[in-house]
Amino acid sequence: MDGMDEIIKEFLIESTENLDKLDRDFVALEKNPKDKELLSSIFRVVHTIKGTCGFLGFQKLESVAHAGENILGKLRDGQLAMNESRTNALLALVDALRKMLVEIEKTGKDEKGNYDRLISTLTLLSEVNDSVKTTVVPALEEASETANRTGESAGVSETAIRVDVSLLDRLMNLVGELVLARNQILQFSTAQEGAGLGSAPQRLSWITSELQEGIMKTRMQPIGNVWGKFPRVVRDLEAACGKKIRLEMEGKETELDKTVIEAIKDPLTHIVRNSVDHGIESPEKRREAGKNEEGLLSLKAYHEGGQVHIEITDDGGGISPEKIRDKALSKGLISPEVARQMSERDLLNLIFLPGFSTAEKVTHISGRGVGMDVVKFNIESINGVIDIQSKPGLGTTLKIKIPLTLAIIPALMVTSKNNRYAIPQINLLELVRLEGVKVQTEIQLVHGAPIYQLRGHLLPLIFLNQELEVSNSLDTVHNSLNIVVLKAGDHQFGLVVDEVNDTQEIVVKPLHQILRHVDAFAGATILGDGSVALILNVMGLVKKAHLISANLEQAKIEKAPVIEIDTRDKQMLLLVKAGYTDHMAVPMKQLERIEKLDGSLVEKAGDHDVIQYRGKIMPLIHIGSVLPERRKKPRQIVEPSVYENKALIYAAVYTKNGRSIGFVVDRVYDVVEVIVEIKDVIRREGVLGTTVIQGNVTEILDVDWILKLAPPGFFDSAVA
Amino acid sequence: MSQEQKFCTFIVDQYFFGIEISRVQEVIRYQEMTDVPLAHPVIRGLINLRGQIVTTLDLRRRLGFPPLKAGRFPMNVVIRAEDGPLSLLVDEISDVMDVSEDWFENPPENLNGETRAMIHHVCKLKDRLLLILDVEQLLNLEVAKT
Repeated sequence: MDGMDEIIKEFLIESTENLDKLDRDFVALEKNPKDKELLSSIFRVVHTIKGTCGFLGFQKLESVAHAGENILGKLRDGQLAMNESRTNALLALVDALRKMLVEIEKTGKDEKGNYDRLISTLTLLSEVNDSVKTTVVPALEEASETANRTGESAGVSETAIRVDVSLLDRLMNLVGELVLARNQILQFSTAQEGAGLGSAPQRLSWITSELQEGIMKTRMQPIGNVWGKFPRVVRDLEAACGKKIRLEMEGKETELDKTVIEAIKDPLTHIVRNSVDHGIESPEKRREAGKNEEGLLSLKAYHEGGQVHIEITDDGGGISPEKIRDKALSKGLISPEVARQMSERDLLNLIFLPGFSTAEKVTHISGRGVGMDVVKFNIESINGVIDIQSKPGLGTTLKIKIPLTLAIIPALMVTSKNNRYAIPQINLLELVRLEGVKVQTEIQLVHGAPIYQLRGHLLPLIFLNQELEVSNSLDTVHNSLNIVVLKAGDHQFGLVVDEVNDTQEIVVKPLHQILRHVDAFAGATILGDGSVALILNVMGLVKKAHLISANLEQAKIEKAPVIEIDTRDKQMLLLVKAGYTDHMAVPMKQLERIEKLDGSLVEKAGDHDVIQYRGKIMPLIHIGSVLPERRKKPRQIVEPSVYENKALIYAAVYTKNGRSIGFVVDRVYDVVEVIVEIKDVIRREGVLGTTVIQGNVTEILDVDWILKLAPPGFFDSAVA
Repeated sequence: MSQEQKFCTFIVDQYFFGIEISRVQEVIRYQEMTDVPLAHPVIRGLINLRGQIVTTLDLRRRLGFPPLKAGRFPMNVVIRAEDGPLSLLVDEISDVMDVSEDWFENPPENLNGETRAMIHHVCKLKDRLLLILDVEQLLNLEVAKT
């Protein structure tokens, strides 16, 4: 029950602090006995102690606090007036509470000591008016002895101190600076060997790292701090619902930033309550279903990809998508047309809609209007993601992904007009690079707004330079375009930037209020070299560009026509590597031959790379560069100069009307003859489909699509 | 007995300005700045002041003077403001001066409206005039816009 210990420890620290405050408050109250605010604040402190004791099971302490609360309540409401005997009695109460706290700390129990007289005095004072001075004295004696003893032990409440988070933030800033200074010194000492610094720079380096780690740690707390109260919550609910539940927790030590911990406390509690109340069935039902009578609720936390994953799984009745659909329909949350098109997963996610509650009956435990929509909102407000999976009859899993910290976020660095900007990775979907002729052909103007077709979706484009008013990008001719595909709320759009740099963990710092009206920025950060970079506010950019009305679902265009691939006959396929596609198959029947060409002979003609081939000029298309990128993770992008420094390139030559074009690939593996079976619909432009060849997931190149990239009119006329 | 006040003084264009020393946090040399697009034109950029990000305001622009000659770099006078420090870009830093309140006079009538609002007092020194700036007015960029 170490989780319980944690709560008790917190309770002790908090209560001791509050009692110290009470001492001061009572003295102030004596001077100003009618101060309502003071009285209310004293009342609240005692009330909190009473409430928490009740929860933790310290009955004696609770009863003492309760007696005090009674009299304080009446004082606060003006039914009683403060007088000396009441002040004395209340001070005695504070001393008694303190003594009991010390005892709880030592023994974990509050059983020692007899406070009946204090209680009766307090009760008497709360009833009778101003006539019971004599009874107070013995009660005081009893208590005053306690006052002398409290100072003895230095317990938990003295080994831990509370520190303002802003102070930690400042320390973190200073350490950041120290790291920069350290780096400079290290640089200097390596450059000037024998500068007489000896091992001092190394030591400085080591200490700085330790310090940095330590400061970071001060803000981190194990998730067990939140989970600690769940055994009790589950136990109480078990009793209330008549269920049997085993709670398993894994990854208690997983650490999170304090602010994040605070933010997930309530949502997690809500989910746990829900699972117990609605998820896990009653023992009878479980027996009927052939399950163990005892239900299992498991909490799991772990770090992955710079995020914390939390999974809450129950082996209960699960949620049936049909039930959710019916419910959503009856509540008018979705229309029947929409409902018909929704996948099982979409249906399950409906429970996050406001106003949704599947519980047939509202119990006192859950289903009181604070629904999963609030949970989702809370998780999303800290840049988290929540997802639900459920199998009817088998159970439900809620998966939450949250950032480790809000102060440090992963971001993609981009460049616009020589200035670097950070884009929070949470907004990032993927990166697309358009080169050469595609810049002109792939981007269309719709009502003057540039639109790019990304796998059948119309993606509105925003030019960062233009939005920031540093230059008018639309006027300039681009040889290539870097599109950062972003989402903000329900909107997706492409942000065109000059350059995509790397990804970095950045420390978010707010802007001065003199700049707050600039919606385009969410803050600023200091980069490794000490310079400052602004953090883009993606939502602000959307608003600024007036994209907000664009509805992406409506903008969805018709899917590409179904491509016919002969799947019955064997086909000859050339297996190659092209750019980031490690395994790609090119149908051979459209190819004439495979050539090895000298890369240094590649020349530029307009937008195209060409090479002299059999006395003619043959355009080259580098397949790896022209295929749209599908990866979400930013990668270094293939530069247009793929041919430079390459002695040998492989080109699959395609000939039509006496004219040839070369598809350049990075490597040729093999030629195979197989029956193609399209496995998957993961499809992107330029690719017919995906299949498995020789154990590798292989994309089949859409030769006709690639041919469209040839210079306009290239194949139209036969050569004389 | 008249009160003496301390002022941090500096030069912008050819004029001699002062700010109450209690408002000044520190004075630092020129720092590389990061542009802030879309911001008020008086805002020149952001600097990294020992891990704190500080917004800089160009006093030349604020007071309606022409830009500093190419090749010359302004200094930062970091002042305390509501919501954290701000930096004022000035041409040159001068001394900290004790000035008696007796020497204060109202700004001359021939100063134009906006600049006049930013000048609290004028102080006649032996050899020149010290213009004492009203920091609140300086930072009031909303007014400056109109």
